[in-house]
Amino acid sequence: MEQLVTLLGYEFVQNAIAAGFVIAIVSGVVSGFVVARNMSFAVHALAELGFTGSAGFLLVHLSPVLGLLFGSAITAVFIGTLGVRARGRDVVVGVVMAFGLGLGVLFITLYKGYATQAFAILFGTITGVSRADVALLIAIGLVTLGALAAIYRPLVFATVDPEVAEARGVPVGAIAVAFLLIMAAAVAEAIQVVGVLLILTLLITPGAAAERLTPRPGLAIVYSVAIALLCTLGGILLSLITNAPVSVFVTSLSFASYLVARFAIGPRRPELRLVAARGSVPDVPAT
Amino acid sequence: MSEPAVRFDRVTLSYGARSIWSDLSLDIAPGTFVAILGPNGSGKTSLLRAILGLVEPSAGRIDVLGHAPHRGDPGIGYVPQHSSFDPELPFRGRDLVRLGIDGHRWGVSWRDPAANARVATALAAVEAEAYADAPIGRLSGGEQQRLRIAQALVGDPRILLCDEPLANLDLRYQQAITDLIAGWRDRAGGTVLFVTHDVNPVLRVVDQVLFVVNGRWAAGTPDEVLRSDRMSELYGSHVDVIRVHGRILVVGESTESGFNIEEPHHPPAAVVDHGDTS
Repeated sequence: MEQLVTLLGYEFVQNAIAAGFVIAIVSGVVSGFVVARNMSFAVHALAELGFTGSAGFLLVHLSPVLGLLFGSAITAVFIGTLGVRARGRDVVVGVVMAFGLGLGVLFITLYKGYATQAFAILFGTITGVSRADVALLIAIGLVTLGALAAIYRPLVFATVDPEVAEARGVPVGAIAVAFLLIMAAAVAEAIQVVGVLLILTLLITPGAAAERLTPRPGLAIVYSVAIALLCTLGGILLSLITNAPVSVFVTSLSFASYLVARFAIGPRRPELRLVAARGSVPDVPAT
Repeated sequence: MSEPAVRFDRVTLSYGARSIWSDLSLDIAPGTFVAILGPNGSGKTSLLRAILGLVEPSAGRIDVLGHAPHRGDPGIGYVPQHSSFDPELPFRGRDLVRLGIDGHRWGVSWRDPAANARVATALAAVEAEAYADAPIGRLSGGEQQRLRIAQALVGDPRILLCDEPLANLDLRYQQAITDLIAGWRDRAGGTVLFVTHDVNPVLRVVDQVLFVVNGRWAAGTPDEVLRSDRMSELYGSHVDVIRVHGRILVVGESTESGFNIEEPHHPPAAVVDHGDTS
């Protein structure tokens, strides 16, 4: 405990916690929509091409965080414009991802710096972020949350009920592209904590666990954010105490929350049990 | 008589070079229940989409409530063709109905007692209160259909467009859903355009039918349109319209098994009389 208090005095620890806090909120909110829109493959592609962008920016001595954002945002635009329809989307994602990752390999090969940079992008580097990066991550996070709030209702409508949303005048195609860009920003954020390869632990699992806890959409987002915060901040602290990488603890905590939500808490929630929720009233009165 | 709820003036609809149907002229008076019939691929859904302003006619003019169709028209309620919800989706029937009020607006929805009250009224009108708080993806098809109707009606539209609302429902639910929609028409004086492959479940409440086949169409009361001579003309081959036990079967010589051309979910052999032999 004393050790922890000492650690919390260090600037790099404060940076990590401040960045982790914002990143977890963004991840928690976005992951609910990623789950509902069935976009885990797209998340993976955005992350891998974020890696390419990051490697490219490193090569020309620019900020790897901005490189991540650049790579995933370009990918979001590609996926959004080439494959808006759900059926063709996975194919387009696969096509774009394979090429982009090849570029990333090239950039890393050409890069003469330390290989640890590449390792950090792949597995997370939150305890290594600078004060400038923290400010950047907080800014990206706030802009992302603002954009999500602005399109929240039509995004929900287009996600749950696309046909009626379109008829009611919701620009379903534009919303899909806007959400991909929001995802790109969330991916660039979450990579700071868990890295490219483990991105789904923050952008799928919290949302997947939360939907096992409540049928209320607003409450599901609150639960999802709470789980993402627990995983991220818990992971950072456990990593500081044990010296093992942050990713190890974030992925373990996130998997544990999913198991607890799905098998321990979820099945006991009365509002999720249909018979209880529906009461004993038959749907059609007997004639 | 007031102006028509929907007016088609020599409307032609086509996808690329292929014309779906052409030269449709029809006035639909307010308060009318219209069944839109025809085989698969005859452009029934496209007709609804044209009214919603989602597809442009290639010729002619459509008037909806006195103006050109436009997306997001609050005068139209829409019940789309059946699509299911993920069983784990954290979303309730109550939330689906709420989308019908302000789901298309930007921003976040805050607590709004007036909107909640309207949702409650709409849920009561379709008798869906008992399961309005359950996860929507775990409800039966009939329960989801009731919620969709509540969503379409919560904005007090003048016109209700329903695309195959009875598909995948058993006969008991078909009756209940038909009664709900007809009840709204009687109470609110609204206009119903009801796409269906089988006219029989709605025969009791239908004022007009619009039958579309191979780019041609016929409209009128069921007795005017659903006749052997009119249907033979429409299909361009010999077709018999048979009335048996209060049900109408459209049987063509090309369908040697005697199946209904309209491709019902229940083949005639399994059809039983449900007492609506009025």
